[in-house]
Amino acid sequence: MNFKELDWKPLALVPALALVTLPLVGSPSTWLTLTVAGLAMGMIIFIIASGLTLVFGLMDVLNFGHGVFIALGAFVAASVLGAMGDYTGSADLWRNLLAVLPAMLIAMLVAAAVGLAFERFIVRPVYGQHLKQILITMGGMIIGEELIKVIWGPQQIPLPLPEGMRGAWLLGDAAVEKYRVVAVLVGLAVFAALAYTLSRTKVGLLIRAGVQDREMVEALGYRIRRLFVGVFVVGSALAGLGGVMWGLYQQNVIPQMGAQVNVLIFIVIIIGGLGSTGGALIGALLVGLMANYTGFLVPKVALFSNIALMVAILLWRPQGVYPVANR
Amino acid sequence: MNSNVSMLSLRGVHTHIGAYHILHGVDLEVPRGELTMLLGRNGAGKTTTLRTIMGLWQASQGSVQLDGQDITRLATPAIAQRSVAYVPENMGIFADLSVKENLLLAARQASHAAQMDEARLQWIFGLFPAVQKFWNHPAGKLSGGQKQMVAVARAIVEPRDLLIIDEPSKGLAPAIIQNMIAAFEQLKAAGVTILLVEQNLAFATRLGDSVAVMDNGRVVHAGRMADLAADKALQQSLLGLAL
Repeated sequence: MNFKELDWKPLALVPALALVTLPLVGSPSTWLTLTVAGLAMGMIIFIIASGLTLVFGLMDVLNFGHGVFIALGAFVAASVLGAMGDYTGSADLWRNLLAVLPAMLIAMLVAAAVGLAFERFIVRPVYGQHLKQILITMGGMIIGEELIKVIWGPQQIPLPLPEGMRGAWLLGDAAVEKYRVVAVLVGLAVFAALAYTLSRTKVGLLIRAGVQDREMVEALGYRIRRLFVGVFVVGSALAGLGGVMWGLYQQNVIPQMGAQVNVLIFIVIIIGGLGSTGGALIGALLVGLMANYTGFLVPKVALFSNIALMVAILLWRPQGVYPVANR
Repeated sequence: MNSNVSMLSLRGVHTHIGAYHILHGVDLEVPRGELTMLLGRNGAGKTTTLRTIMGLWQASQGSVQLDGQDITRLATPAIAQRSVAYVPENMGIFADLSVKENLLLAARQASHAAQMDEARLQWIFGLFPAVQKFWNHPAGKLSGGQKQMVAVARAIVEPRDLLIIDEPSKGLAPAIIQNMIAAFEQLKAAGVTILLVEQNLAFATRLGDSVAVMDNGRVVHAGRMADLAADKALQQSLLGLAL
Protein backbone atom coordinates (compact mmCIF):
# COMPACT_ATOMS: atom_id res chain seq x y z
CA MET A 1 0.00 0.00 0.00
CA ASN A 2 1.47 3.35 -0.90
CA PHE A 3 1.68 6.38 1.36
CA LYS A 4 -1.31 8.25 -0.10
CA GLU A 5 -3.63 5.26 0.26
CA LEU A 6 -2.82 4.63 3.94
CA ASP A 7 -5.86 5.06 6.17
CA TRP A 8 -4.54 7.61 8.66
CA LYS A 9 -7.62 8.03 10.86
CA PRO A 10 -7.00 4.98 13.13
CA LEU A 11 -3.30 5.90 13.41
CA ALA A 12 -4.28 9.39 14.53
CA LEU A 13 -6.30 7.93 17.41
CA VAL A 14 -3.17 7.10 19.41
CA PRO A 15 -1.68 10.63 19.53
CA ALA A 16 -5.22 12.05 19.82
CA LEU A 17 -5.90 9.98 22.94
CA ALA A 18 -2.56 11.04 24.41
CA LEU A 19 -3.13 14.73 23.67
CA VAL A 20 -6.72 14.75 24.95
CA THR A 21 -5.58 13.42 28.31
CA LEU A 22 -2.72 15.91 28.72
CA PRO A 23 -4.95 18.71 30.15
CA LEU A 24 -6.88 16.14 32.21
CA VAL A 25 -3.73 14.77 33.85
CA GLY A 26 -2.47 18.32 34.36
CA SER A 27 1.18 17.70 35.15
CA PRO A 28 3.24 17.14 31.95
CA SER A 29 5.79 15.02 33.81
CA THR A 30 3.09 12.70 35.18
CA TRP A 31 1.51 12.59 31.73
CA LEU A 32 4.85 11.58 30.16
CA THR A 33 5.37 8.84 32.74
CA LEU A 34 1.85 7.50 32.14
CA THR A 35 2.26 7.71 28.36
CA VAL A 36 5.52 5.75 28.33
CA ALA A 37 3.98 3.17 30.68
CA GLY A 38 0.94 2.92 28.38
CA LEU A 39 3.07 2.52 25.27
CA ALA A 40 5.18 -0.17 26.97
CA MET A 41 2.09 -2.06 28.11
CA GLY A 42 0.60 -1.67 24.62
CA MET A 43 3.71 -3.00 22.92
CA ILE A 44 3.79 -6.08 25.17
CA ILE A 45 0.11 -6.75 24.45
CA PHE A 46 0.81 -6.30 20.73
CA ILE A 47 3.58 -8.91 20.84
CA ILE A 48 1.10 -11.35 22.38
CA ALA A 49 -1.88 -10.43 20.18
CA SER A 50 -0.13 -10.30 16.78
CA GLY A 51 0.00 -14.08 16.40
CA LEU A 52 -3.55 -14.60 17.63
CA THR A 53 -5.05 -12.17 15.14
CA LEU A 54 -3.30 -13.92 12.25
CA VAL A 55 -4.47 -17.31 13.53
CA PHE A 56 -8.05 -16.10 13.46
CA GLY A 57 -7.65 -14.32 10.13
CA LEU A 58 -6.07 -17.27 8.36
CA MET A 59 -8.20 -20.15 9.55
CA ASP A 60 -11.16 -18.58 11.34
CA VAL A 61 -9.96 -20.26 14.54
CA LEU A 62 -11.02 -18.76 17.86
CA ASN A 63 -8.18 -19.75 20.17
CA PHE A 64 -9.17 -18.90 23.73
CA GLY A 65 -6.17 -20.90 24.93
CA HIS A 66 -3.60 -18.38 23.70
CA GLY A 67 -3.05 -17.27 27.31
CA VAL A 68 -1.38 -20.54 28.25
CA PHE A 69 1.62 -19.68 26.05
CA ILE A 70 1.94 -16.35 27.87
CA ALA A 71 2.10 -18.03 31.26
CA LEU A 72 4.39 -20.78 29.98
CA GLY A 73 6.84 -18.24 28.53
CA ALA A 74 6.85 -16.28 31.77
CA PHE A 75 7.49 -19.34 33.95
CA VAL A 76 10.24 -20.68 31.70
CA ALA A 77 11.90 -17.26 31.81
CA ALA A 78 11.56 -17.17 35.61
CA SER A 79 13.43 -20.50 35.79
CA VAL A 80 16.14 -19.46 33.33
CA LEU A 81 16.68 -16.05 34.92
CA GLY A 82 16.62 -17.61 38.38
CA ALA A 83 19.48 -19.88 37.34
CA MET A 84 21.49 -16.94 35.99
CA GLY A 85 21.56 -14.83 39.12
CA ASP A 86 25.16 -13.77 38.49
CA TYR A 87 24.12 -12.15 35.25
CA THR A 88 20.81 -10.63 36.36
CA GLY A 89 22.34 -9.29 39.56
CA SER A 90 25.02 -7.37 37.68
CA ALA A 91 24.57 -3.62 37.20
CA ASP A 92 26.07 -4.02 33.72
CA LEU A 93 23.23 -3.93 31.15
CA TRP A 94 25.17 -6.12 28.73
CA ARG A 95 25.53 -8.88 31.32
CA ASN A 96 21.78 -8.54 32.01
CA LEU A 97 21.06 -8.97 28.32
CA LEU A 98 23.20 -12.13 28.27
CA ALA A 99 20.63 -13.59 30.68
CA VAL A 100 17.44 -12.00 29.35
CA LEU A 101 18.00 -12.83 25.67
CA PRO A 102 18.57 -16.59 26.24
CA ALA A 103 15.57 -16.58 28.63
CA MET A 104 13.42 -15.04 25.89
CA LEU A 105 14.74 -17.47 23.28
CA ILE A 106 14.16 -20.54 25.45
CA ALA A 107 10.68 -19.29 26.45
CA MET A 108 9.82 -18.80 22.78
CA LEU A 109 11.12 -22.25 21.82
CA VAL A 110 9.15 -23.98 24.59
CA ALA A 111 5.99 -22.00 23.76
CA ALA A 112 6.45 -22.81 20.06
CA ALA A 113 6.85 -26.55 20.79
CA VAL A 114 3.76 -26.59 23.01
CA GLY A 115 1.94 -24.51 20.36
CA LEU A 116 2.71 -27.16 17.75
CA ALA A 117 1.18 -29.86 19.96
CA PHE A 118 -1.77 -27.59 20.89
CA GLU A 119 -2.59 -27.03 17.21
CA ARG A 120 -2.28 -30.72 16.36
CA PHE A 121 -4.28 -32.23 19.22
CA ILE A 122 -6.65 -29.47 20.35
CA VAL A 123 -7.31 -27.07 17.46
CA ARG A 124 -7.13 -29.31 14.39
CA PRO A 125 -10.04 -31.59 15.33
CA VAL A 126 -12.39 -28.60 15.58
CA TYR A 127 -11.67 -26.61 12.41
CA GLY A 128 -14.77 -24.74 11.28
CA GLN A 129 -16.66 -25.27 14.56
CA HIS A 130 -16.53 -22.03 16.54
CA LEU A 131 -18.40 -23.17 19.63
CA LYS A 132 -16.25 -26.28 19.99
CA GLN A 133 -13.13 -24.17 19.38
CA ILE A 134 -14.03 -21.85 22.24
CA LEU A 135 -14.79 -24.72 24.61
CA ILE A 136 -11.84 -26.94 23.78
CA THR A 137 -9.24 -24.17 23.65
CA MET A 138 -10.46 -22.82 27.01
CA GLY A 139 -10.22 -26.37 28.32
CA GLY A 140 -6.71 -26.59 26.89
CA MET A 141 -5.76 -23.44 28.75
CA ILE A 142 -7.13 -24.80 32.04
CA ILE A 143 -5.12 -28.01 31.59
CA GLY A 144 -2.05 -25.92 30.69
CA GLU A 145 -2.47 -23.84 33.84
CA GLU A 146 -2.77 -26.96 35.98
CA LEU A 147 0.35 -28.45 34.39
CA ILE A 148 2.22 -25.22 35.17
CA LYS A 149 1.09 -25.59 38.79
CA VAL A 150 2.37 -29.18 38.79
CA ILE A 151 5.79 -28.11 37.46
CA TRP A 152 6.32 -24.74 39.17
CA GLY A 153 3.76 -24.85 41.98
CA PRO A 154 0.56 -22.86 42.43
CA GLN A 155 2.13 -19.89 44.16
CA GLN A 156 3.24 -16.59 42.72
CA ILE A 157 6.91 -16.57 41.68
CA PRO A 158 8.90 -13.34 41.74
CA LEU A 159 10.48 -12.31 38.47
CA PRO A 160 12.62 -9.33 39.41
CA LEU A 161 14.01 -7.08 36.75
CA PRO A 162 17.72 -7.52 36.11
CA GLU A 163 19.70 -4.93 38.00
CA GLY A 164 20.66 -2.86 34.95
CA MET A 165 17.02 -2.52 33.81
CA ARG A 166 15.77 -1.21 37.14
CA GLY A 167 15.29 2.43 37.93
CA ALA A 168 14.34 5.30 35.72
CA TRP A 169 15.78 7.99 33.57
CA LEU A 170 14.77 11.50 34.54
CA LEU A 171 13.53 13.76 31.76
CA GLY A 172 13.03 17.04 33.57
CA ASP A 173 10.54 16.18 36.31
CA ALA A 174 9.35 13.04 34.55
CA ALA A 175 10.63 9.60 35.53
CA VAL A 176 10.77 7.20 32.58
CA GLU A 177 11.37 3.65 33.75
CA LYS A 178 14.19 1.94 31.87
CA TYR A 179 12.35 -1.34 31.44
CA ARG A 180 9.38 0.40 29.82
CA VAL A 181 11.70 1.86 27.20
CA VAL A 182 13.16 -1.63 26.67
CA ALA A 183 9.62 -3.01 26.25
CA VAL A 184 8.78 -0.35 23.65
CA LEU A 185 11.99 -1.12 21.74
CA VAL A 186 11.35 -4.90 21.79
CA GLY A 187 7.76 -4.27 20.65
CA LEU A 188 8.95 -2.05 17.81
CA ALA A 189 11.50 -4.70 16.77
CA VAL A 190 8.78 -7.38 16.69
CA PHE A 191 6.48 -5.10 14.70
CA ALA A 192 9.28 -4.27 12.23
CA ALA A 193 10.08 -7.97 11.76
CA LEU A 194 6.40 -8.82 11.26
CA ALA A 195 5.86 -5.90 8.89
CA TYR A 196 8.92 -6.88 6.84
CA THR A 197 7.87 -10.54 6.67
CA LEU A 198 4.28 -9.73 5.75
CA SER A 199 5.08 -7.10 3.12
CA ARG A 200 8.39 -8.21 1.61
CA THR A 201 8.39 -12.01 1.53
CA LYS A 202 6.38 -14.58 -0.37
CA VAL A 203 5.37 -16.29 2.88
CA GLY A 204 4.10 -12.97 4.16
CA LEU A 205 2.22 -12.42 0.93
CA LEU A 206 0.60 -15.84 1.33
CA ILE A 207 -0.41 -15.04 4.92
CA ARG A 208 -1.97 -11.72 3.88
CA ALA A 209 -3.74 -13.37 0.97
CA GLY A 210 -4.88 -16.28 3.16
CA VAL A 211 -6.37 -13.92 5.71
CA GLN A 212 -8.48 -12.38 2.92
CA ASP A 213 -9.49 -15.50 0.96
CA ARG A 214 -7.93 -18.80 2.00
CA GLU A 215 -9.93 -20.77 -0.55
CA MET A 216 -8.36 -18.81 -3.41
CA VAL A 217 -4.89 -19.31 -1.97
CA GLU A 218 -5.54 -23.06 -2.06
CA ALA A 219 -6.85 -22.76 -5.63
CA LEU A 220 -3.49 -21.20 -6.54
CA GLY A 221 -1.79 -24.39 -5.35
CA TYR A 222 -0.66 -23.56 -1.82
CA ARG A 223 -1.39 -25.76 1.20
CA ILE A 224 -2.79 -23.21 3.60
CA ARG A 225 -2.95 -25.64 6.53
CA ARG A 226 0.84 -25.89 6.55
CA LEU A 227 0.99 -22.12 6.50
CA PHE A 228 -1.50 -21.99 9.36
CA VAL A 229 0.53 -24.41 11.48
CA GLY A 230 3.57 -22.20 10.90
CA VAL A 231 1.64 -19.07 11.90
CA PHE A 232 0.19 -20.83 14.95
CA VAL A 233 3.66 -21.90 16.11
CA VAL A 234 5.15 -18.43 15.54
CA GLY A 235 2.12 -16.87 17.26
CA SER A 236 2.65 -19.17 20.25
CA ALA A 237 6.34 -18.24 20.37
CA LEU A 238 5.45 -14.54 20.29
CA ALA A 239 2.96 -15.12 23.11
CA GLY A 240 5.79 -16.79 25.04
CA LEU A 241 7.98 -13.74 24.40
CA GLY A 242 5.11 -11.48 25.46
CA GLY A 243 4.78 -13.57 28.64
CA VAL A 244 8.43 -12.94 29.48
CA MET A 245 7.95 -9.20 28.86
CA TRP A 246 4.69 -9.12 30.84
CA GLY A 247 6.19 -11.08 33.74
CA LEU A 248 9.15 -8.67 33.93
CA TYR A 249 6.69 -5.75 33.66
CA GLN A 250 4.68 -7.10 36.62
CA GLN A 251 7.85 -8.48 38.29
CA ASN A 252 6.06 -11.69 39.23
CA VAL A 253 4.37 -14.60 37.52
CA ILE A 254 1.30 -16.64 38.45
CA PRO A 255 -0.24 -19.61 36.61
CA GLN A 256 -3.44 -17.59 35.95
CA MET A 257 -1.64 -14.70 34.25
CA GLY A 258 -2.50 -15.97 30.78
CA ALA A 259 -6.23 -15.95 31.52
CA GLN A 260 -5.93 -12.44 32.94
CA VAL A 261 -4.20 -11.09 29.83
CA ASN A 262 -6.51 -13.04 27.48
CA VAL A 263 -9.32 -10.52 27.95
CA LEU A 264 -7.08 -7.63 26.94
CA ILE A 265 -5.80 -9.53 23.90
CA PHE A 266 -9.29 -10.18 22.59
CA ILE A 267 -10.24 -6.53 23.09
CA VAL A 268 -7.12 -5.59 21.10
CA ILE A 269 -7.74 -7.89 18.14
CA ILE A 270 -11.42 -6.90 17.98
CA ILE A 271 -10.49 -3.20 17.99
CA GLY A 272 -7.80 -3.81 15.35
CA GLY A 273 -9.95 -5.85 13.01
CA LEU A 274 -9.66 -9.64 13.16
CA GLY A 275 -6.68 -10.70 11.05
CA SER A 276 -5.00 -7.29 10.91
CA THR A 277 -1.54 -6.94 12.50
CA GLY A 278 -1.46 -3.18 11.88
CA GLY A 279 -4.87 -2.93 13.55
CA ALA A 280 -3.62 -5.05 16.46
CA LEU A 281 -0.77 -2.57 17.00
CA ILE A 282 -3.18 0.40 17.06
CA GLY A 283 -5.57 -1.51 19.35
CA ALA A 284 -2.79 -2.54 21.73
CA LEU A 285 -1.42 1.00 22.02
CA LEU A 286 -4.91 2.39 22.64
CA VAL A 287 -5.63 -0.26 25.30
CA GLY A 288 -2.25 0.30 27.00
CA LEU A 289 -2.66 4.07 27.08
CA MET A 290 -6.32 3.93 28.16
CA ALA A 291 -5.53 1.54 31.04
CA ASN A 292 -2.79 3.83 32.35
CA TYR A 293 -4.65 7.12 31.94
CA THR A 294 -7.88 5.89 33.52
CA GLY A 295 -5.93 4.08 36.24
CA PHE A 296 -4.53 7.47 37.20
CA LEU A 297 -7.55 9.70 36.52
CA VAL A 298 -10.52 7.54 37.54
CA PRO A 299 -9.28 4.26 39.06
CA LYS A 300 -12.81 3.02 39.68
CA VAL A 301 -13.57 2.84 35.93
CA ALA A 302 -10.12 1.57 34.89
CA LEU A 303 -11.33 -2.01 34.52
CA PHE A 304 -14.28 -0.93 32.42
CA SER A 305 -12.40 1.62 30.30
CA ASN A 306 -11.04 -0.81 27.70
CA ILE A 307 -14.46 -2.37 27.17
CA ALA A 308 -15.84 1.15 26.67
CA LEU A 309 -13.02 1.90 24.24
CA MET A 310 -13.85 -1.24 22.26
CA VAL A 311 -17.54 -0.35 22.14
CA ALA A 312 -16.74 3.19 20.95
CA ILE A 313 -14.41 1.89 18.22
CA LEU A 314 -16.97 -0.68 17.05
CA LEU A 315 -19.67 2.00 16.87
CA TRP A 316 -17.32 3.93 14.56
CA ARG A 317 -15.98 0.95 12.59
CA PRO A 318 -18.03 -2.20 13.29
CA GLN A 319 -15.33 -4.53 11.91
CA GLY A 320 -12.44 -2.85 13.73
CA VAL A 321 -10.11 -0.07 12.68
CA TYR A 322 -8.52 -2.00 9.82
CA PRO A 323 -11.10 -4.53 8.64
CA VAL A 324 -9.67 -7.39 6.61
CA ALA A 325 -11.53 -8.45 3.47
CA ASN A 326 -13.88 -11.44 3.57
CA ARG A 327 -14.04 -11.58 7.37
CA MET B 1 -15.37 -39.48 -26.51
CA ASN B 2 -12.73 -41.46 -24.61
CA SER B 3 -10.39 -40.23 -21.91
CA ASN B 4 -7.31 -40.38 -24.19
CA VAL B 5 -8.45 -37.25 -25.99
CA SER B 6 -10.05 -35.73 -22.91
CA MET B 7 -7.97 -33.58 -20.62
CA LEU B 8 -10.78 -33.65 -18.08
CA SER B 9 -13.59 -36.17 -17.58
CA LEU B 10 -16.47 -36.14 -15.14
CA ARG B 11 -18.45 -39.36 -14.77
CA GLY B 12 -21.71 -39.42 -12.84
CA VAL B 13 -20.66 -36.68 -10.46
CA HIS B 14 -23.04 -35.87 -7.62
CA THR B 15 -22.36 -32.97 -5.26
CA HIS B 16 -24.19 -32.11 -2.06
CA ILE B 17 -23.79 -28.77 -0.29
CA GLY B 18 -25.14 -29.25 3.19
CA ALA B 19 -28.65 -30.63 2.80
CA TYR B 20 -28.90 -29.60 -0.85
CA HIS B 21 -28.29 -32.00 -3.69
CA ILE B 22 -26.87 -29.73 -6.42
CA LEU B 23 -25.26 -31.98 -9.05
CA HIS B 24 -27.24 -35.06 -10.09
CA GLY B 25 -24.77 -37.15 -12.05
CA VAL B 26 -22.77 -34.80 -14.26
CA ASP B 27 -21.02 -36.38 -17.26
CA LEU B 28 -18.63 -34.01 -18.97
CA GLU B 29 -15.69 -34.39 -21.34
CA VAL B 30 -13.26 -31.54 -21.93
CA PRO B 31 -11.17 -32.38 -25.01
CA ARG B 32 -7.43 -31.71 -24.82
CA GLY B 33 -6.31 -28.51 -26.53
CA GLU B 34 -9.84 -27.28 -27.09
CA LEU B 35 -11.96 -24.60 -25.55
CA THR B 36 -15.11 -26.05 -24.02
CA MET B 37 -18.01 -23.84 -23.09
CA LEU B 38 -20.22 -24.80 -20.17
CA LEU B 39 -23.58 -23.11 -20.68
CA GLY B 40 -26.88 -23.14 -18.86
CA ARG B 41 -29.45 -21.08 -17.07
CA ASN B 42 -28.75 -19.54 -13.68
CA GLY B 43 -28.80 -22.24 -11.02
CA ALA B 44 -28.15 -25.05 -13.50
CA GLY B 45 -25.05 -26.19 -11.58
CA LYS B 46 -22.23 -24.72 -13.71
CA THR B 47 -20.34 -23.04 -10.87
CA THR B 48 -20.81 -26.07 -8.62
CA THR B 49 -19.34 -28.24 -11.37
CA LEU B 50 -16.22 -26.06 -11.57
CA ARG B 51 -15.86 -25.98 -7.78
CA THR B 52 -16.23 -29.77 -7.64
CA ILE B 53 -13.53 -30.19 -10.28
CA MET B 54 -11.22 -27.97 -8.19
CA GLY B 55 -11.97 -29.94 -5.00
CA LEU B 56 -13.50 -26.90 -3.32
CA TRP B 57 -16.61 -28.99 -2.84
CA GLN B 58 -16.20 -32.76 -2.68
CA ALA B 59 -18.16 -34.97 -5.03
CA SER B 60 -20.36 -37.32 -3.04
CA GLN B 61 -20.49 -39.83 -5.93
CA GLY B 62 -18.83 -40.27 -9.31
CA SER B 63 -15.32 -39.50 -10.48
CA VAL B 64 -13.27 -36.62 -11.84
CA GLN B 65 -10.28 -37.53 -13.98
CA LEU B 66 -7.54 -35.13 -15.03
CA ASP B 67 -5.22 -36.35 -17.74
CA GLY B 68 -6.29 -39.91 -16.96
CA GLN B 69 -5.60 -39.58 -13.21
CA ASP B 70 -8.38 -39.73 -10.65
CA ILE B 71 -8.47 -36.42 -8.78
CA THR B 72 -11.90 -36.86 -7.15
CA ARG B 73 -10.56 -37.02 -3.61
CA LEU B 74 -7.55 -34.75 -4.00
CA ALA B 75 -7.32 -31.52 -2.02
CA THR B 76 -7.56 -28.26 -3.95
CA PRO B 77 -3.83 -27.37 -3.78
CA ALA B 78 -2.90 -30.80 -5.16
CA ILE B 79 -5.28 -30.29 -8.08
CA ALA B 80 -3.94 -26.79 -8.77
CA GLN B 81 -0.38 -28.14 -8.69
CA ARG B 82 -1.30 -30.44 -11.57
CA SER B 83 -1.04 -27.41 -13.87
CA VAL B 84 -4.61 -26.23 -13.39
CA ALA B 85 -5.54 -22.54 -13.09
CA TYR B 86 -8.94 -21.51 -11.78
CA VAL B 87 -10.79 -18.20 -11.76
CA PRO B 88 -13.92 -18.30 -9.60
CA GLU B 89 -17.15 -16.46 -10.27
CA ASN B 90 -16.26 -13.79 -7.67
CA MET B 91 -12.79 -13.50 -9.28
CA GLY B 92 -10.99 -14.32 -6.02
CA ILE B 93 -8.99 -11.12 -6.12
CA PHE B 94 -7.00 -10.34 -2.98
CA ALA B 95 -8.33 -6.84 -2.45
CA ASP B 96 -5.67 -5.64 -0.01
CA LEU B 97 -2.80 -6.82 -2.20
CA SER B 98 -1.50 -4.89 -5.18
CA VAL B 99 -2.07 -6.14 -8.72
CA LYS B 100 1.61 -7.13 -8.82
CA GLU B 101 1.27 -9.14 -5.60
CA ASN B 102 -1.85 -10.88 -6.92
CA LEU B 103 0.09 -12.05 -9.98
CA LEU B 104 3.19 -12.91 -7.96
CA LEU B 105 1.14 -15.31 -5.82
CA ALA B 106 0.03 -17.19 -8.92
CA ALA B 107 3.62 -17.37 -10.17
CA ARG B 108 4.52 -20.30 -7.94
CA GLN B 109 8.11 -20.48 -9.21
CA ALA B 110 8.85 -16.83 -8.38
CA SER B 111 9.75 -15.51 -4.93
CA HIS B 112 9.97 -11.90 -6.07
CA ALA B 113 8.37 -9.90 -8.86
CA ALA B 114 11.75 -9.70 -10.60
CA GLN B 115 11.70 -13.49 -11.01
CA MET B 116 8.45 -13.48 -12.98
CA ASP B 117 8.69 -14.26 -16.70
CA GLU B 118 9.16 -10.78 -18.21
CA ALA B 119 8.18 -11.79 -21.75
CA ARG B 120 4.97 -13.38 -20.50
CA LEU B 121 4.21 -10.29 -18.41
CA GLN B 122 4.66 -8.07 -21.49
CA TRP B 123 2.26 -10.33 -23.38
CA ILE B 124 -0.28 -9.98 -20.54
CA PHE B 125 0.22 -6.18 -20.43
CA GLY B 126 -0.49 -6.09 -24.17
CA LEU B 127 -3.73 -8.02 -23.71
CA PHE B 128 -4.85 -6.24 -20.55
CA PRO B 129 -3.33 -2.74 -20.33
CA ALA B 130 -5.09 -2.11 -16.99
CA VAL B 131 -2.89 -4.77 -15.38
CA GLN B 132 0.21 -2.71 -16.22
CA LYS B 133 -1.43 0.65 -15.50
CA PHE B 134 -2.49 -0.38 -11.98
CA TRP B 135 0.49 -2.68 -11.30
CA ASN B 136 1.27 -1.21 -7.89
CA HIS B 137 -2.30 -0.28 -6.91
CA PRO B 138 -4.43 -2.25 -4.42
CA ALA B 139 -6.52 -4.64 -6.51
CA GLY B 140 -9.56 -3.91 -4.35
CA LYS B 141 -9.67 -0.34 -5.65
CA LEU B 142 -10.13 -1.41 -9.28
CA SER B 143 -13.45 -1.49 -11.14
CA GLY B 144 -15.24 -4.80 -11.65
CA GLY B 145 -13.98 -5.11 -15.23
CA GLN B 146 -10.41 -4.31 -14.24
CA LYS B 147 -10.57 -6.91 -11.47
CA GLN B 148 -11.76 -9.44 -14.02
CA MET B 149 -8.73 -8.67 -16.18
CA VAL B 150 -6.44 -9.11 -13.17
CA ALA B 151 -8.14 -12.41 -12.33
CA VAL B 152 -7.62 -13.79 -15.85
CA ALA B 153 -4.09 -12.35 -16.01
CA ARG B 154 -3.32 -14.14 -12.74
CA ALA B 155 -4.56 -17.43 -14.18
CA ILE B 156 -2.23 -17.15 -17.18
CA VAL B 157 0.82 -15.57 -15.55
CA GLU B 158 2.52 -18.96 -15.73
CA PRO B 159 1.83 -21.61 -18.37
CA ARG B 160 -0.86 -24.08 -17.28
CA ASP B 161 -2.26 -27.11 -19.07
CA LEU B 162 -5.87 -26.46 -18.05
CA LEU B 163 -7.65 -23.17 -17.43
CA ILE B 164 -11.00 -23.22 -15.65
CA ILE B 165 -12.72 -19.85 -15.66
CA ASP B 166 -16.16 -18.89 -14.39
CA GLU B 167 -17.67 -16.15 -16.58
CA PRO B 168 -14.57 -14.38 -17.88
CA SER B 169 -16.50 -11.76 -19.88
CA LYS B 170 -18.67 -10.63 -16.97
CA GLY B 171 -18.55 -6.86 -16.54
CA LEU B 172 -16.09 -6.28 -19.35
CA ALA B 173 -16.32 -3.49 -21.95
CA PRO B 174 -16.59 -4.71 -25.58
CA ALA B 175 -13.03 -3.64 -26.41
CA ILE B 176 -11.66 -5.65 -23.49
CA ILE B 177 -13.81 -8.64 -24.47
CA GLN B 178 -11.96 -8.57 -27.81
CA ASN B 179 -8.65 -8.69 -25.93
CA MET B 180 -10.00 -11.55 -23.82
CA ILE B 181 -10.96 -13.45 -27.00
CA ALA B 182 -7.48 -12.79 -28.43
CA ALA B 183 -5.92 -14.10 -25.21
CA PHE B 184 -7.93 -17.32 -25.27
CA GLU B 185 -7.22 -17.86 -28.98
CA GLN B 186 -3.49 -17.49 -28.34
CA LEU B 187 -3.67 -19.84 -25.36
CA LYS B 188 -5.57 -22.39 -27.45
CA ALA B 189 -2.98 -22.10 -30.19
CA ALA B 190 -0.35 -22.87 -27.56
CA GLY B 191 -2.17 -26.13 -26.75
CA VAL B 192 -3.82 -25.05 -23.51
CA THR B 193 -7.12 -26.75 -22.66
CA ILE B 194 -9.78 -24.32 -21.50
CA LEU B 195 -13.11 -24.79 -19.75
CA LEU B 196 -15.24 -21.66 -19.51
CA VAL B 197 -18.58 -21.03 -17.90
CA GLU B 198 -20.19 -18.27 -19.91
CA GLN B 199 -23.49 -16.41 -20.09
CA ASN B 200 -22.53 -14.33 -23.14
CA LEU B 201 -23.64 -16.52 -26.05
CA ALA B 202 -21.93 -14.38 -28.69
CA PHE B 203 -18.65 -14.74 -26.78
CA ALA B 204 -19.29 -18.45 -26.34
CA THR B 205 -20.01 -19.18 -29.99
CA ARG B 206 -17.05 -17.11 -31.16
CA LEU B 207 -14.55 -18.97 -29.01
CA GLY B 208 -15.98 -22.38 -28.19
CA ASP B 209 -14.88 -25.57 -29.91
CA SER B 210 -17.12 -27.82 -27.90
CA VAL B 211 -20.04 -27.15 -25.63
CA ALA B 212 -21.92 -28.70 -22.76
CA VAL B 213 -25.24 -27.35 -21.60
CA MET B 214 -26.41 -27.93 -18.04
CA ASP B 215 -29.85 -27.92 -16.51
CA ASN B 216 -30.98 -29.01 -13.05
CA GLY B 217 -27.57 -30.31 -12.08
CA ARG B 218 -27.01 -32.45 -15.19
CA VAL B 219 -25.37 -32.05 -18.58
CA VAL B 220 -28.34 -32.18 -20.95
CA HIS B 221 -26.47 -31.55 -24.18
CA ALA B 222 -22.87 -32.02 -25.30
CA GLY B 223 -21.43 -31.53 -28.73
CA ARG B 224 -19.67 -29.15 -31.07
CA MET B 225 -20.19 -25.45 -30.48
CA ALA B 226 -20.66 -24.82 -34.20
CA ASP B 227 -23.62 -27.19 -34.28
CA LEU B 228 -25.34 -25.43 -31.39
CA ALA B 229 -24.60 -22.01 -32.91
CA ALA B 230 -26.26 -23.07 -36.13
CA ASP B 231 -29.36 -24.56 -34.51
CA LYS B 232 -31.68 -21.80 -33.22
CA ALA B 233 -34.34 -24.27 -32.13
CA LEU B 234 -31.83 -26.21 -30.05
CA GLN B 235 -30.58 -22.99 -28.46
CA GLN B 236 -34.16 -22.04 -27.65
CA SER B 237 -34.95 -25.38 -26.08
CA LEU B 238 -31.68 -25.66 -24.11
CA LEU B 239 -31.09 -22.11 -23.07
CA GLY B 240 -34.43 -20.39 -23.46
CA LEU B 241 -33.05 -17.95 -25.99
CA ALA B 242 -31.51 -17.91 -29.45
CA LEU B 243 -28.68 -15.90 -30.95
